[in-house]
Amino acid sequence: MLSTNGSRGGAGTHAWCGISSRSVEGVGCGDPRGQRMVVPSLKLQDLIEEIRGAKTQAQEREVIQKECAHIRASFRDGDPLHRHRQLAKLLYVHMLGYPAHFGQMECLKLIASPRFTDKRVGYLGAMLLLDERQDAHLLITNSIKNDLSQGIQAVQGLALCTLSTMGSAEMCRDLATEVEKLLLQPSSYVRKKAVLTAVHMIRKVPELSNIFLPPCAQLLHERHHGILLGTITLITELCERSPAALKHFRKVVPQLVKILRTLVTTGYSTEHSISGVSDPFLQVRILRLLRILGRNHEESSETMNDLLAQVATNTDTSRNAGSAVLFETVLTIMDIRSAPGLRVLAVNILGRFLLNNDKNIRYVALTSLLRMVQSDHSAVQRHRPTVVECLREPDASLSRRALELSLALVNSSNVRAMTQELQSFLESCPPDLRADCASGILLAAERFAPTKRWHIDTILRVLTTAGIYVRDDAVANLTQLIGGAQELHAYSVRRLYSALAEDISQQPLVQVAAWCIGEYGDLLLEGSCEETEPLQVEEEEVLALLEKVLQSHMSQPATRGYALTALMKLSTRLRGDSNRIRQVVSIYGSCLDVELQQRAVEYNTLFQKYDHMRAAILEKMPLVERGGSQVDGEAKESKEAQLSETALVSTEPQASKLLDLLDLLDGTSGDAQPPPPLDPSPGGALVHLLDLPGAPPPPPSIPNLRVFEREGLQLNLSFVRPSGTPALLLIMVTATNTSGADVTHFICQAAVPKSFQLQLQAPSGDTLPAQGGLPVTQLLRILNPNKAPLRLKLRLTYNHFGQSVQEIFEVNNLPVETWQ
Amino acid sequence: MIQFFLMVNKQGQTRLSKYYEHVEINKRTLLETEVIRSGLSRSNEQCSFIEFKDFKLIYRQYATLFIVVGVNDTENEMTIYEFIHNFVEVLDEYFSRVSELDIMFNLDKVHIILDEMVLNGCIVETNRARILAPLLILDKMSES
Repeated sequence: MLSTNGSRGGAGTHAWCGISSRSVEGVGCGDPRGQRMVVPSLKLQDLIEEIRGAKTQAQEREVIQKECAHIRASFRDGDPLHRHRQLAKLLYVHMLGYPAHFGQMECLKLIASPRFTDKRVGYLGAMLLLDERQDAHLLITNSIKNDLSQGIQAVQGLALCTLSTMGSAEMCRDLATEVEKLLLQPSSYVRKKAVLTAVHMIRKVPELSNIFLPPCAQLLHERHHGILLGTITLITELCERSPAALKHFRKVVPQLVKILRTLVTTGYSTEHSISGVSDPFLQVRILRLLRILGRNHEESSETMNDLLAQVATNTDTSRNAGSAVLFETVLTIMDIRSAPGLRVLAVNILGRFLLNNDKNIRYVALTSLLRMVQSDHSAVQRHRPTVVECLREPDASLSRRALELSLALVNSSNVRAMTQELQSFLESCPPDLRADCASGILLAAERFAPTKRWHIDTILRVLTTAGIYVRDDAVANLTQLIGGAQELHAYSVRRLYSALAEDISQQPLVQVAAWCIGEYGDLLLEGSCEETEPLQVEEEEVLALLEKVLQSHMSQPATRGYALTALMKLSTRLRGDSNRIRQVVSIYGSCLDVELQQRAVEYNTLFQKYDHMRAAILEKMPLVERGGSQVDGEAKESKEAQLSETALVSTEPQASKLLDLLDLLDGTSGDAQPPPPLDPSPGGALVHLLDLPGAPPPPPSIPNLRVFEREGLQLNLSFVRPSGTPALLLIMVTATNTSGADVTHFICQAAVPKSFQLQLQAPSGDTLPAQGGLPVTQLLRILNPNKAPLRLKLRLTYNHFGQSVQEIFEVNNLPVETWQ
Repeated sequence: MIQFFLMVNKQGQTRLSKYYEHVEINKRTLLETEVIRSGLSRSNEQCSFIEFKDFKLIYRQYATLFIVVGVNDTENEMTIYEFIHNFVEVLDEYFSRVSELDIMFNLDKVHIILDEMVLNGCIVETNRARILAPLLILDKMSES
């Protein structure tokens, strides 16, 4: 293997860590040009010692720079003897993060040298320092070609290794035939490396798959595990890249099954056994290939069923290796068209994993269950108690997975229990999970609330524990919910009052409470309510609390606005004298905050000039339905415009939190939508009043969009923005088929950015008959409270012309009217 | 596919680094520091798999050294966990009771071993005898 080079005695046998009698060798000693100074060059070990000895970063840098200067000088001098040592030091320095590009040409020289030690360092250097972006890399191609055809195994191995790590597309094209020849060589050492190099080549230059496809069948007959591993990877890569190859390789499924079966059933074989499982790495690879081959293909899946069941039951899971194999088996079972019994077995295995003490296994089980929850919901439900227990894990990765899975498992039958668990989790979880948890609970409550009272309780509890993490429209949702539940007014106002009395720091809670007290203050003072404990509240207490909110430094300006308005409303609700309120309002007439000041001034005017109208204006707000029309809003707004001297600014541009007294927009309010323009002068107000009954203008029509076309299958989107709810967008997805073959199992899924809410309704069908048959339609509802630009990603899966197709694409050119 | 293979000690010094997907040199140090920081903050009780940007990281601690492997989504984490242990066992056999110093001073040999086991991000050989065979022959030749 090594080419003998006896002339340079010490240097020729100078192995890496060999003990040499001279620890410092001079470069250039004995040189006829005697004027040159002897520069001592360090061995690699000494350099490492020195670097270790450096106490500070600066010292280390100094040592390294000095050494680099030596190395550079040595390269310039072109000393062939010690080149490999210099390069080795350079590589070490490179690993520590220092620039080493000046070593690139040295790598080339070393690779071309006939000595094995030189070649070794040269190739290592090439792998670490050269890559596609450097111009020098193409120069190695010739050296690699020579080395590949040399016939010395170790050298061929080196060359293949380097080629597979940094081979660029041009290199691969040049050397493809060489590698193919090596695939058929008798030496297994070379063959296993050649196979994996082929994988790399295919990744870089997909056209080469034609060359590497035929040898695969023969390679599968090998018994050498290294070659098998490589071959399976090669086949996997080929199948992933072209459906034709996939079909071709379905034929080898029986053979793969046989290989796997032999692996599983043979007893203890010393060669490849790892903790009792024979070659788990090969098993896992085969399972993954089977997964790819069996996906959406009945016949292959059937062949695999028995084997998968056998692997699942026979594998010993007491050690990690067995669990790894079992995990891969479960993933395969879930992905192919397996028998239902097998799927249940898979879910049960995952359930068993969940109970395991090892954290890694639990993590892996939770991840797979999450993937399966859409398709096998009922099976996963059975393991709900264990999942909930995992919520209490101290480990961050585990609790995050458990949270996602728990949220996915909530349904109408278990919503109460689950919400209880999730809320106790919310109280103790780390801050980065809180936002997700809070919004998850609120969403679940909205979808599955058994009673309104429970819903209000839940939202209240979430607001008290994690108020600052909830989403912006939670406040609006809650007020709208309370407003709608007439029988619960008294109950809600009491609960909110007691919550507020305890803690005025959580802003969303304070806002809702202030609004409620303002609206239903009279119910609060009435005294009795069957659903909560009797709470005797005096008028003075209520007013004092609201004033406290107004004055507290913790309250944001929006909250203060709520509190001020609530005080005003109470002036009509409370039976007592409204002097105190009048005082507070007039104080705020000179407040620094413009919004508050404006409100205070207007309310002052209400007290003074329009006292007779006060009761009418401040009466209880009518019930707003979700998606209700804006007509009411316009009516009240223009009335107020008639009465006040200054124009109303109804919403602040900042997100949410501000509900103007007369702004009756529903749950989607609180965003930056400008109000319909109002004529501020009193003279024009009469005209406004008369304008009222007119229906709101029809929404401008938005052009349809064709988003996808492939082999006769077309997908069109049509958009509607209903005028009543400006944040709602309805998209009708229509799929038509003008080709000659039917499209079956058509599924369309959509994804939108986080700030949106998306609801997919059930499609009209999943089959598109050929030749322009009945199209399939599906309705998407998108809520866009923040008026953010809309981005939509669609995923289609279907069977067409006997192939299963999956397409994922983002819809471009969405018209601006869809989200403005 | 394995994206990178790192061996780092508790002070944050890299002892071995091998990248199978090209990463710029200045980004490498950044990546290594971040990876180490998230690794050191884990306790022994916690899970060995962490999601980091678009890779998955698999950690395993051996005395003062952390071995971190970054993989992409298609790889089975538990297999890689097992592979790390396999690698350490091979090192153990070659160096007889390997320690951090052994790795530091024999970096090239560790590279050779790693190259025998992983090629282009895929595991190719896991049998200890076969991995060490070429290296032992190399040693014998260099002694003679």
